[in-house]
Amino acid sequence: MRNLWIFINRYGTFFLFILFFGIALILVVRNNTFQRASALNSSNQITGKAYQQVDYFKGYLSLNETNLALSKENATLRALLKGSNYNNHLITNIVRDSLQEPQYSYIEARVINNSINQKNNYLTVNRGSKHGVKKGMGVISSTGIVGIVLNVSENFSTIQSLLHSDTRISASLAKSQAFGSLVWGVQAYDPKKALLRDIPNHVKVEKNEQVITSGFSLFPPGIVIGTVLETGLTSGSSFLDISVLLNNDFSTLRYVYIIIDRYSEEKESLEVKNLEND
Amino acid sequence: MTKLLLENLLRFLLLILAQIFLFKNMGYYNLAAPFPYIMALMLLPVRISKGLLFLIAFLTGLTIDTFYDTLGMHAAACVTLAWVRVIFMNLTLQDDDHDSLASPGIGQMSFRWFLIYAFVLSFFHHLTLYLLESFTLNNILFTLTSIVFSCIFTTILIVLFELIFYRRKKR
Repeated sequence: MRNLWIFINRYGTFFLFILFFGIALILVVRNNTFQRASALNSSNQITGKAYQQVDYFKGYLSLNETNLALSKENATLRALLKGSNYNNHLITNIVRDSLQEPQYSYIEARVINNSINQKNNYLTVNRGSKHGVKKGMGVISSTGIVGIVLNVSENFSTIQSLLHSDTRISASLAKSQAFGSLVWGVQAYDPKKALLRDIPNHVKVEKNEQVITSGFSLFPPGIVIGTVLETGLTSGSSFLDISVLLNNDFSTLRYVYIIIDRYSEEKESLEVKNLEND
Repeated sequence: MTKLLLENLLRFLLLILAQIFLFKNMGYYNLAAPFPYIMALMLLPVRISKGLLFLIAFLTGLTIDTFYDTLGMHAAACVTLAWVRVIFMNLTLQDDDHDSLASPGIGQMSFRWFLIYAFVLSFFHHLTLYLLESFTLNNILFTLTSIVFSCIFTTILIVLFELIFYRRKKR
């Protein structure tokens, strides 16, 4: 006790200083808004930092469970996405007219698989036999011809694209009505160009003339396929080869229409008899 | 003894009044402001007891604070000044000087000693005051500049007062 007293006495000035300075500091912080605010603020910052650090380390401990929960949640959310639902709803609009019987009706379909860079390209759409799609139906889009239905399952069908070396579509020139067959992949595999063959030599072909469907095959007549790009191509025979710039952009194809032709079966069965007669 | 008390009281009164009504309105732009009232604390008798010194310093600071609306800041600065004063005197004065009841002015000490004394004490006073006022280490360079300039300003004023009013050595 005596030693303590000596100690305090020796450093008395310092203790007095601390005492009075402490009182003054308390007065400063309690009575001046700015100092109080910044003192409180810095102490809050310190506690906040400390809590943040602790939380940061705590986060590591529960990382496994968190990951698991998140991936589960992701799966459920993914299942809720619109894109993961199969759209079964079908809109078919057939205008009933007592004078004219409709020949063509359309099934709208969404492209779910597409290729344009192969030698033989195929598409897959989300309509199948359930919706009335049959093999050999024509497929068009809002800007042109897409292809022919190749295989059909219950919910899906594959389409042999126009960009296929075996596809042949009857097409005609808009002005002269001369018809030939549109093929692709004869000389080049450009998804923007096709070749119109078998146009007779005497037909005058102009550049930028429209090429449309002839109506002889699966497609209704008058659907725009593309425009004439080059006419000078000759295959050495009495027919013209015309390079056609396709109207359709196959790389951005999203929605297509499958054409139901009511009389196609009748027509085919009749045409088969021609061959039998030969 | 009564004369000593009266002299000190009068000095305190005049300096505090001068500080409040005159020097409060003075300043070198926002860079420097003079606080010559601390002269009253500097000129307290050498032999004054430490407790009394701190108490007077604290109360003086508090008085100034009430007029400056900065409660506690001048008090803290004056307490610091008192502490530095004790240390400075312990370092520079001989033992027999400590018994003197006289003020440590130019009349008693040398001019050089008083100059350093005034400068060091006002420096620590201003350091505490300005740091408490800004209460942040942002812009520390500006704060330090104002501390040094204010310190020079105050020291010049204090030395001028002392030169005007000092009395010859009685010895």
